[in-house]
Amino acid sequence: MIAELGHFALILALLVGCVQSTVPLIGASRRNAAWMAVGRSCALVSFVLVGGAMLALMHAYVTSDFTVLNVVQNSHTDKPLLYKITGVWGNHEGSMLLWVFMLALCAAAVALFSENLPPALRARVLAVQGMIAVGFLLFILFTSNPFLRAWPAPPNGQGLNPVLQDPGLAFHPPFLYLGYVGFSVAFAFAVAALIEGRVDAAWARWVRPWTLASWCALTIGIAMGSWWAYYTLGWGGWWFWDPVENASFMPWLVGTALIHSSIVVEKRDTLKSWTILLAIITFSLSLVGTFLVRSGVLTSVHAFATDPARGTFILLLLLVAIGGSLTLYAVRAPALKGGGLFAPLSREGALVLNNLLLSCGCATVFLGTLYPLFLDAVGGPKLSVGFPFFNRTFAPLMVPMLIGVGIGPLLAWKRGDLPGALQRLWVAYAAAAVTLAIMFYVTHGGPILAVLGFGLAAWLAVAVLTELADRVRLFRAPIGDSARRAIHLPRAAWGMTFAHFGLAVSVAGFAASAFDQEAIEVLRPGGSLHLAGYELRLEDVRKVPGANFIADDATVRIIRDGTTIATVHPQRRFFPLQQQTTGETAIRTNLLADLYLALGEGDAAGNWTLRAYWKPLVPWIWIGAVIMAFGGLVSLSDRRWRVGVAARARRTPAAVPAPGE
Amino acid sequence: MRRLIYLLPALLFLVLAGYFAWALRPGYDPRALPSALLDKEAPAFDLAALQGGGTLSRDGLKGKPVVVNFFASWCVPCRIEHPLLMRLAQQDHVPIYGIAYKDKPEDAARLLAQMGDPYRRIGLDRDGRTGLDFGVYGVPETYVIDRDGHIRKRFVGPLTADQVNDELLPLLKKLSAS
Repeated sequence: MIAELGHFALILALLVGCVQSTVPLIGASRRNAAWMAVGRSCALVSFVLVGGAMLALMHAYVTSDFTVLNVVQNSHTDKPLLYKITGVWGNHEGSMLLWVFMLALCAAAVALFSENLPPALRARVLAVQGMIAVGFLLFILFTSNPFLRAWPAPPNGQGLNPVLQDPGLAFHPPFLYLGYVGFSVAFAFAVAALIEGRVDAAWARWVRPWTLASWCALTIGIAMGSWWAYYTLGWGGWWFWDPVENASFMPWLVGTALIHSSIVVEKRDTLKSWTILLAIITFSLSLVGTFLVRSGVLTSVHAFATDPARGTFILLLLLVAIGGSLTLYAVRAPALKGGGLFAPLSREGALVLNNLLLSCGCATVFLGTLYPLFLDAVGGPKLSVGFPFFNRTFAPLMVPMLIGVGIGPLLAWKRGDLPGALQRLWVAYAAAAVTLAIMFYVTHGGPILAVLGFGLAAWLAVAVLTELADRVRLFRAPIGDSARRAIHLPRAAWGMTFAHFGLAVSVAGFAASAFDQEAIEVLRPGGSLHLAGYELRLEDVRKVPGANFIADDATVRIIRDGTTIATVHPQRRFFPLQQQTTGETAIRTNLLADLYLALGEGDAAGNWTLRAYWKPLVPWIWIGAVIMAFGGLVSLSDRRWRVGVAARARRTPAAVPAPGE
Repeated sequence: MRRLIYLLPALLFLVLAGYFAWALRPGYDPRALPSALLDKEAPAFDLAALQGGGTLSRDGLKGKPVVVNFFASWCVPCRIEHPLLMRLAQQDHVPIYGIAYKDKPEDAARLLAQMGDPYRRIGLDRDGRTGLDFGVYGVPETYVIDRDGHIRKRFVGPLTADQVNDELLPLLKKLSAS
């Protein structure tokens, strides 16, 4: 019964979505306040309905209701409760429901936190969100309904893929989807602005917090996914340029560009049509990513089961959403008036450069991901590109980008003083030069890109700190004065400092991966492996029963200079239900380096393969990502998003007639 | 003219959507072997061997059914597949020949030193030309070639235990018997 309630809730949400996507839009063009207000109630109601459907599906999973086909295919009574709940989105149907739930959440948030938005803009934004929801609800109801019944009900389910039974992966999709779907708000704002034909500083100020919030969620989501891959796949890689990963990375790149270009719209009232385009493209890439992953057009290591019918449906959805918004853009954007002029060497110029590099970076990732498809279409051979391509195209684009991140914030708006900025950055050059020299010495002229990467990271970190010191007039004013300045610095400025510093930390982590050491040996219990000054002694391997698996549990002592530092337990887990074996790595970290152990296969004679990696600075990759996301949150807490809105520019309201009049 | 620039994103998207629609056409399977090659003679190749000098060539493989595996040290799924290849080589005594696709010799050698070497011989396809001729979609890919040098089966992506037990081994048995 509860499954049917969930199904009905989805159908009702579809109907509500139809109302939400039309009535407020008509109301906005006729200036009918009552009709415009409908959008708000619809958004809240549909949040309750989709939330109800989500709960209904969770209920089916938690109670192991095997009359629901989706539960049969993806759950099992022996599965731990955590994975029963997270199993809800560990499959295609459930993850689409999560997608729509996030969408409803965003729309409800817009409805609740938009008191100071002009009613017409709010109505249009909610209407656009309603349209997206309608599209995806139709998709769920017609091609991917999670509430279908199975009859007769089997005694037990088929279980969840053991690889997915992991705490890291359990919470990766919600963050990722919040990021993807959060960009729908920026998209809706962009489309609404195109309909209204007006983009001003106030518009940018409304859009920015939503973009920032989604960006933070996406950053965390991507970092979690990469961390999961790192500790789970058993050979220590953390990024594979896999189509599914690229699908999440592309919106992140363009979203990052969007955050920066909307600053220019807000502060300088220019770059408007470009910002609108970025907002459309960011969400479009989220949609295209969904299409690529779900349609089976590209093969990927970690794609869900695919189905061409679903692909066709999503393609139609893409045509309407992306094609429609870009057509609207083509018609309306030429009328958007540019604002202030600026010299190429200025804060605006630096942000334009940032946008160009990020967009080009995204374009290379896009090409690399879709290249096999394009080549195939023109009758060429089928092939895939992989690591070498991305390392050769994407990495060089990011070098000027990282240099620019250090300089840009020191330039003034309108007309910057580049020689002056470069002079103030002398500490950063010194830091970069010293780092380069040390790295060259230590590595004996080792991998040049990695050494360069360290230099860049040092440059960026010191440049960011220099900019901060400059702002608070450190060493030039009394220390108490500087502290006061630091406290009163706008949160957005602190946010930028954190985010850029986090980037530097991550870059150091990326670069350090060139200095990994690895060792692999077949050991008997009592034997040891030597790696990076550590002795790893395999004490024994025992069979240990788990909730729904049996594990070979190895006890490995980590010894340095004769003293035991730690004892760790890498495992191999055998899941009888799926007849599948997964590895559970053991990682010992001191935040400067990871010691990473994976247990390989054993043989009848009692020999075990033990693989170990020593990975310097690898935790910094994710620490940096967390610092970046934290910077986003700090910036989000800036009071200007809440108070400043009242200061909306009142120059234009009557000047541009609303369409339809 | 200025308006045309604004139309550009929409036009680019239309081209893209056209590609997507084309890729979704019925009967298209990105994992399928270009039908032209199945049961035809394998493309000719003559590659420098990774170890021990000599070459790996199509004609040199004729005379017995063999398995040809495209791999690379930079390829993740290859590492997933590797233990299975080791098993095939050691337990089932399957003649597996490797082609290191767009890989540096020292990297390929390092991979094999780490994870074991299941290959009887390895050819170096440094510029990827042989992969191109075979229509390799991505590494790893595995081909079964019969004693006359005809391609009989293609596996895209990492081999699974099921594929090996249900398809690869029975096929090899059949080919050796005939």
